Amino acid sequence: MALNDKSKNEAVLKTITANRLRDGEVIFLAPGPDLGWVERLDEAALFEDADAAETALAAAKAQAEGERFAVDVYAFDLRVTDGRRVPVKTRERIRALGPTVRIDLGKQAAA
Amino acid sequence: MNHIAPGRNAGVYSYDDIDRRFVAERVEQFRAQVERRLSGELTEDEFKPLRLMNGLYLQLHAYMLRIAVPYGVLTARQLRKLAEIGRKYDKGYGHFTTRQNLQFNWIKLEDTPAILHELAEVDMHALQTSGNCVRNVTTDQFVGAARDEVVDGRVYAEILRQWTTLHPEFTFLPRKFKIAIMGSDADRAAIRVHDVGVFAKRNERGEVGFTFYVGGGLGRSPFIGKLIRDWVPEEDFVAYLEAILRVYNQYGRRDNIYKARIKILVHELGQEKFTQEVEEEFARLRGPKYRLAPEVVDEIRRRFGGPAYETLTDEPESFQAAKAANPDFARWVAVNVLAHKVPGYAAATISLKPAGGIPGDATSEQMELIADLADAHSFGELRVSHAQNLVLAHVRQDELFTLWTALEANGLGTPNAGLIGDIIACPGLDYCALANARSIPLAQAISARFADPARQQTIGELGIKISGCINACGHHHVGAIGILGVDKKGEEFYQITVGGDPTLTTAIGDILGPAVTADETVDAIEAIVEVYLSNRHDGERFIDTLKRVGHGPFKERVYAAH
Repeated sequence: MALNDKSKNEAVLKTITANRLRDGEVIFLAPGPDLGWVERLDEAALFEDADAAETALAAAKAQAEGERFAVDVYAFDLRVTDGRRVPVKTRERIRALGPTVRIDLGKQAAA
Repeated sequence: MNHIAPGRNAGVYSYDDIDRRFVAERVEQFRAQVERRLSGELTEDEFKPLRLMNGLYLQLHAYMLRIAVPYGVLTARQLRKLAEIGRKYDKGYGHFTTRQNLQFNWIKLEDTPAILHELAEVDMHALQTSGNCVRNVTTDQFVGAARDEVVDGRVYAEILRQWTTLHPEFTFLPRKFKIAIMGSDADRAAIRVHDVGVFAKRNERGEVGFTFYVGGGLGRSPFIGKLIRDWVPEEDFVAYLEAILRVYNQYGRRDNIYKARIKILVHELGQEKFTQEVEEEFARLRGPKYRLAPEVVDEIRRRFGGPAYETLTDEPESFQAAKAANPDFARWVAVNVLAHKVPGYAAATISLKPAGGIPGDATSEQMELIADLADAHSFGELRVSHAQNLVLAHVRQDELFTLWTALEANGLGTPNAGLIGDIIACPGLDYCALANARSIPLAQAISARFADPARQQTIGELGIKISGCINACGHHHVGAIGILGVDKKGEEFYQITVGGDPTLTTAIGDILGPAVTADETVDAIEAIVEVYLSNRHDGERFIDTLKRVGHGPFKERVYAAH
């Protein structure tokens, strides 16, 4: 059952996530100044700097509610291990992939 | 297959035009609310309580829709509709819960009004499956069928459903409110760990009355419900419950979510003072307005109707012959079949717990198969148990072998009702936004470890209950073996309790020792079982051996390697 990655030497980065309002789909803030959103963690914006992440989070929250696009906008921690983006917390890994007990469901099913 | 004739009364409450209009209006009300949310007229803060009132949560992967199965009773037609919704709007399956409801995990907000409309077509809804209101009233999954039943609790559960739905005083209680009702001398609904637990019974004159327990509950602060009145006459049933809810509404804390449940109020006021407050309120309320008239009860009972039983005798020859010829069938009968109040019939539990399976999950195909089997063998009616199984409550004993053959062929014949493989588990961190740890993989690993049906039967009655967080949806506090998932610096650990009991002898389990990893938990369960088997007297249940020998030997064995 072990899910937690033990590679703790890599730097902790931040990314921003939410659920899309219309369908609840897990989405991530895309790179760039346009405040776009993507469905896959691999394509999400990564923030090395905590202040930059806070600024982007505030803008993303305002945009998500203002444009009625997304709910529950927040930032979480991840590491890049062997080129793979691995959220620090199990919860975020499950959100990014799908239920560990049904690998035929969620984003992992289309991987 | 001998399908039930349309309209034949199967013992499920029949809606009339008023019921249908009410539900239809609520669907249209929610449709307008969704449109206003999507158009921006409502903010998420404004919309959230409205969607919760319609059973719509936001979980990890999508919206989750919790559909009400009042007191766990369904028609085959309703189950087919749930299967259809699962296929059309979800991912081809649904999850039966410990509250006798059904949850879909992959719902889209924009589809929800259409789903609620489709549910209304079969007299179903999602009202009050969330929010700080009176939730689904739960009861015995064998209600109306059990041989030991004294009063049919469905009738009173339905009265409560009608009385509490959108009740203006009780739509914004301090917290959610859960009521369970039993009409037998046994407790198959965990009465004393509910906000209000009710035993329906009869006096020496045959009149119906109720015993009330208040202030039970699990979660962060587990409490066993306190007896506040041993006999409330039928005509005062509504008045007395209204009095309890009024006292709670007045004194229940709204400043701290963790102290808002009625169990905290009863604990802080004390049983005596709380009872006095309720009695005083009851004295003020009691009167014509709140009197539950016998003709109302009779009308509700009439609307349930009842299966058209045939005159049969117990243990017909063909049934005995089938058991003698097929040991697997005999085992399933011994474990999953309960005596029925009508001779020649039986109540059969369909386990949704195959070894290594996800407790409570059923695919749309399985739901359709079970609906067909309900039509063919149980008057088109079935039940959801609080243990996350389904029950066909009125099966002719001479049809049990045919039923079992169909179940077995489709992976639904697991003979483990009440045994170690019949694990209750919440959705946990795989789905739930509140969870700290996963529950399902642990349930799968334990049930796979104890997959052998003969070994399970040898071990006997032993309930394992798993919760992925302190909210205790998996009822771990009252598991003979309870498992609570905890987060320790981002790692999943599991705390084991022993000695919990959800029955008449209700008990909260004790923590055995420090939390362990998931893999260690499976080995710990094995160790606990081994200690039990090596210490038990003939026929002694796990819980009784534990009481006799104490925690010491179990603790010593589980933590021997630490």
